[in-house]
Amino acid sequence: MSPAQWDLPPELCCRPVAFVALTGLDVVYNAIHRAIWDAFCANRRADRVPISFKVLPGDNEYPKCRTKRTSYEWYIPKGILKTGWMNKHLNLVPALVVLFYELDWDDPQWKEKQSECATKVEIVRTSLQGRNTKVAVVLIQKKTPLPPGEDLVASERASALCGACDLSGKSLFVLPHTDHLVGYIIRLENAFYEHAQTYYYNEIRRVKSHKEFLNKTTHQLLFVRHQFKMGFFSELKQDTQNALKYYRTAYSLVHELRAHETNMLEIKTMAGFINYKICRLCFQHNTPLDAIAQFRKHIDLCKKKIGSAELAFEHTAWMSKQFQSFGDLFDEAIKLGLTAIQTQNPGFYYQQAAYYAQERKQQVGQLCSHEPGVGYPAPDPLETTSGALDFYGQRPWRQGHQSIDPPDSEKEKQGILALQVKERDIPHSELIIALLSNAVAQFKKYKCPRMKSHLMVQMGEEYYHAKDYTKALKLLDYVMCDYRTERWWSLLTSILCTALKCSYLMGQVKDYITYSMELVGRASILPEEQKSRIEKNLIKVLMNEVPEPEPDCDPLSVKTAQSLWSDRISLAGSNEFTIEVQDYVPFVQCKAKFLSPSFHIDEPVQLHVYVRADCPHPVLYSKQCTTLFSVDVFELQEYNQYCLLEDASKGKDILEPSTQENMCLVPGKTRKYCFKFVAKTEDVGKKIEITSVGLMLGRETARYVYLNWRGGWGDAASSHETLQACRSFKKRTRFPEQQVDWDTVTIQSSLRIISRVPKISVQLTHEPPALTNEMYCMIVTIQSGEDTVAKDIKLTAGLKPGQDANLTQSTQITLNGTEVCDDSHPALLPDIPLGDLHPGQKIVKPLYIHCVSTGSRILLFHVAYSVSATVEGKDITCKCHKDETVTLETVVPFEVAMKFVSSQFEHLERVYVDIPFLLMMDILSASPWPIELVNSEVQLASSMNAIDQPQSQVEGVTLQTSECASECFLLKCPPVQNGTSTVASGHYIISWKRKSTFAETSVVRTIVTLPHVMVENIPLYVHAELPSFGRVRESLPVRYHLENRTGLVQDVEITVEPSDAFMFSGLKQVRMRILPGAEQEMLYNFYPLMAGYQVLPQLNINLLRFPNISNQLLRRFLPSRIFVKPQGRNGDTSIEAA
Amino acid sequence: MQTAIMIVANYPLYIRSVPTQGELKFHYTVHTSLDVVEEKISGVGKALADQRELYLGLLYPTEDYKVYGYMTNSKVKFVIVVDSSNTSLRDNEIRSMFRKLHNSFTDVMCNPFYNPGDPIQSKAFDSIVSTMMVQAF
Repeated sequence: MSPAQWDLPPELCCRPVAFVALTGLDVVYNAIHRAIWDAFCANRRADRVPISFKVLPGDNEYPKCRTKRTSYEWYIPKGILKTGWMNKHLNLVPALVVLFYELDWDDPQWKEKQSECATKVEIVRTSLQGRNTKVAVVLIQKKTPLPPGEDLVASERASALCGACDLSGKSLFVLPHTDHLVGYIIRLENAFYEHAQTYYYNEIRRVKSHKEFLNKTTHQLLFVRHQFKMGFFSELKQDTQNALKYYRTAYSLVHELRAHETNMLEIKTMAGFINYKICRLCFQHNTPLDAIAQFRKHIDLCKKKIGSAELAFEHTAWMSKQFQSFGDLFDEAIKLGLTAIQTQNPGFYYQQAAYYAQERKQQVGQLCSHEPGVGYPAPDPLETTSGALDFYGQRPWRQGHQSIDPPDSEKEKQGILALQVKERDIPHSELIIALLSNAVAQFKKYKCPRMKSHLMVQMGEEYYHAKDYTKALKLLDYVMCDYRTERWWSLLTSILCTALKCSYLMGQVKDYITYSMELVGRASILPEEQKSRIEKNLIKVLMNEVPEPEPDCDPLSVKTAQSLWSDRISLAGSNEFTIEVQDYVPFVQCKAKFLSPSFHIDEPVQLHVYVRADCPHPVLYSKQCTTLFSVDVFELQEYNQYCLLEDASKGKDILEPSTQENMCLVPGKTRKYCFKFVAKTEDVGKKIEITSVGLMLGRETARYVYLNWRGGWGDAASSHETLQACRSFKKRTRFPEQQVDWDTVTIQSSLRIISRVPKISVQLTHEPPALTNEMYCMIVTIQSGEDTVAKDIKLTAGLKPGQDANLTQSTQITLNGTEVCDDSHPALLPDIPLGDLHPGQKIVKPLYIHCVSTGSRILLFHVAYSVSATVEGKDITCKCHKDETVTLETVVPFEVAMKFVSSQFEHLERVYVDIPFLLMMDILSASPWPIELVNSEVQLASSMNAIDQPQSQVEGVTLQTSECASECFLLKCPPVQNGTSTVASGHYIISWKRKSTFAETSVVRTIVTLPHVMVENIPLYVHAELPSFGRVRESLPVRYHLENRTGLVQDVEITVEPSDAFMFSGLKQVRMRILPGAEQEMLYNFYPLMAGYQVLPQLNINLLRFPNISNQLLRRFLPSRIFVKPQGRNGDTSIEAA
Repeated sequence: MQTAIMIVANYPLYIRSVPTQGELKFHYTVHTSLDVVEEKISGVGKALADQRELYLGLLYPTEDYKVYGYMTNSKVKFVIVVDSSNTSLRDNEIRSMFRKLHNSFTDVMCNPFYNPGDPIQSKAFDSIVSTMMVQAF
């Protein structure tokens, strides 16, 4: 029996379509016929009616129709369904036979042709003897037919032909062979389809009619058969709803059959067929839940129907097939648009199919392990006369037999034996793997990564059973890391065990070592004795010996493996392996740490490496093992030599004496190794990292494994363990001396080498804040506290880099304080050499900073020097440096306020040509420190003249905070061109310095630009001449001068308004004429009547030629008040006393 | 009848199964059922995260077992596997079993000497699980 024995027959799995036979077509030699046939066959898309066409010769022999039974009374059915039946109705018995015949209506030999056609129809009828198959005739015509009713000849001849052939009018068709062939063909097809439907309808009725003759006792099988047939015919008729109904009835009937061991297979086979049909139709009707429910019911009903115990594998094979074919159906439905979900997808069915396939394989192992002498029985009991079975699911040696007991027990035994022997040859593993990989593909699609992994494990195990160890190992290795990262140790252990067996049987040394290491370690849940056995084997491999075989391995494979291993052993080379630990959980754990995150260059770097083993046997490591540590430090290979630990200790830098005992790892105990080295002076500021820690197991002379901890610690499980350990507060027990609690060891895998701590002091003396533009003095004092000479002291001072760019331009620093800096000086003075400094000495260095703008700035003072030191017996030159920073505020030293006032100290908005005015300066000190004003000076512009020699009035004045110094200058403006104009006044220069006892300061010149002023010409200038005060009842002479400043003769009208405080004599109202450039004098005698500040009688001047020059303007040149003293009684002395 | 109870925080915290010889199979079953749990909670997370029902119901169908799931707010999963032939257990019974289990689990978590994430080794928890298994199965 082939593996395909359990496959469903193709005629069951296909979609049944009506079968129509075409005769009279010569498709080989006749081009027209060929074209017609192609039009039928080609492009059979879903929109065309479902018909399968076949060209058959006219005298084709159709399957014989059995004579109709008139009574079922004595009939005993031999089986449920004949194996040929479905095929017969799909491919052999047509629903309609169509005869093609070339005949035009106006054919000259009409009579002859008509009779020939009739003969052909008769031949077809004869060959269909007894069948209800319809016959139709198609006339192939060259001419396009006229519309119906117009061609009288045609209708007449058509009826004649129908009569001759004994056809109904509906069965005669005309096919004009013209351009629109496909269109005609489609119309023909539809007509054929109707005929076919009628045929199948009649067939269903015919089968149904048998029912009344049947009785329930003897004809049970026929009930099932008829229902199935009706279902099948309905499908052919494309009536899937009814088909489903018939199949459902058939399904319930099949389970009503009396089941016993002899017919169990037949029942199950049929049940399987019907179930397949039902599920298929349900998916087709887009009711997947119905399909699933039907399938579940089917499985529940059939699960327990095992049948013959000796052939139990048949049941599991059948079950497996049921699940597989349902999975296929489901998958197909999904491809056609059905959506599946995670918990309901074809994968589950494939998985279950695989499960049954595995079960089957197991049963084969139990049932078919015959003695070697038992061969295949002869004669072959599985041989049948026809080479095939008559009925589905029957035994070849007792076909058609329906009684409970087998007719011939000897034959039965032989048959079973034959089946068992055949079953032995079936490649079960292949079947299982195929099913599993189907399932894997499905679960991948429906987001079930864990299910996928599980199935892959099963696949791997199946490959292992099939002795395909390479594939097994590949699959297992692939999923192993998933289980490892998910920390399912139980599952990981089981996978590792299988993987170990595979690697042993293949003689894969590296894999063998890797898996052993993990199985011995803490991630494995194997019992101690197993671990110890594996560990012993591991040691053997490391000693280049053949390991003991793994238990439960195929003895034959073990033999090959042993010879493989001995080959490996004898082979030289390839005895070194590196295992990257972070991908595994090996039995040795390692943690490396620097004692501190940073080390000064003048102290030795200390590195501790902790190692712990979880294996059961400490003894094994006593002598055979060489342990070697090495630390690759940040690609600075030169350090690595200091971090080696070998059993023959060479380096002097190793503090811990290394003995044999030291190389042994005692399980559960943490061993600590200490290393020290001195960093190189070039590496100051660099970071040193542990790139890896390696541990060598084995010997260089034999075989060794190099365990490599990247970053110095950690394998696949340790990050979680560390997390748990730091959460936990258990196990805080004190450990005895030299013992370390593994969990408390923290990791420090990198360090920074930093420069030596400087032993000098840098002090800054200054008087903040700085004043704008001054040369601000800062004194740097460097005091050495070193034990040896500090060489090469260099001072870098100035603006700390990285501040606002504008500050760089507005800050200058210099060593020379006597001159004021300009832009050529830098903001940062680098590397000012200061020479050497002996212990205890100090250097004082003044620096001057020129700040142009106000605000705060950070200044940096960086002192670098080198000093020699001795570390661990080595002399090194250490570079040290010390930084001081200071934030310096800069403020303005003083503010200068300027204003123009008249000679009466009245504020002026504009000045008048040739009329003197005053320029007043106020210098307000804003500095917290006293300021000495050295000098001040006005540099006038050409448009201004000083009336007297301007002399500084503030020279030598010292201003304290918020004190104010003022001075004024008397100025006059020469005439300007046109009426009014704005003119520049010039500059005011103040020379000043900070008055400080702390350092000699230089004089700073601050230049202030004087404001612009508006100058105006005036036509008439008036000024009064009067005493500084008056006295009551004493005459007060006042002389008014009026000057004409124009080139015109001016008419002036003057009036004097009376005042209560004065009597006066003089012209009260006068009109006069003043010549150009001339001056008119007016004299008045005022006689004060009251004491105190009194308003003078107002002089109103009216310029008749210049009406725009107002009286108010002119009056401003005149005093408006005067102080009048009271009358003294006894002369002047008493007045002064008052 | 085969049954198993498992407490899982993506890796096993507590496992108890009867009978013990088929344990590996249970482990695989529970492990694969986490796929469904993940899918379920990712689906729920979108809709109503805070009103979430802790009981996740029947996780996935197999021929031989029914696998039920439950997830605490701290994302610790409880999984109960029962034989499919066991028809005496309805959804309600399973639900109350989970609730009982959760209460007992909370007690374990409240133990200041228990380090969350470590395997559960509590005798009280053990005995609760034992009584549950005896009663239910």
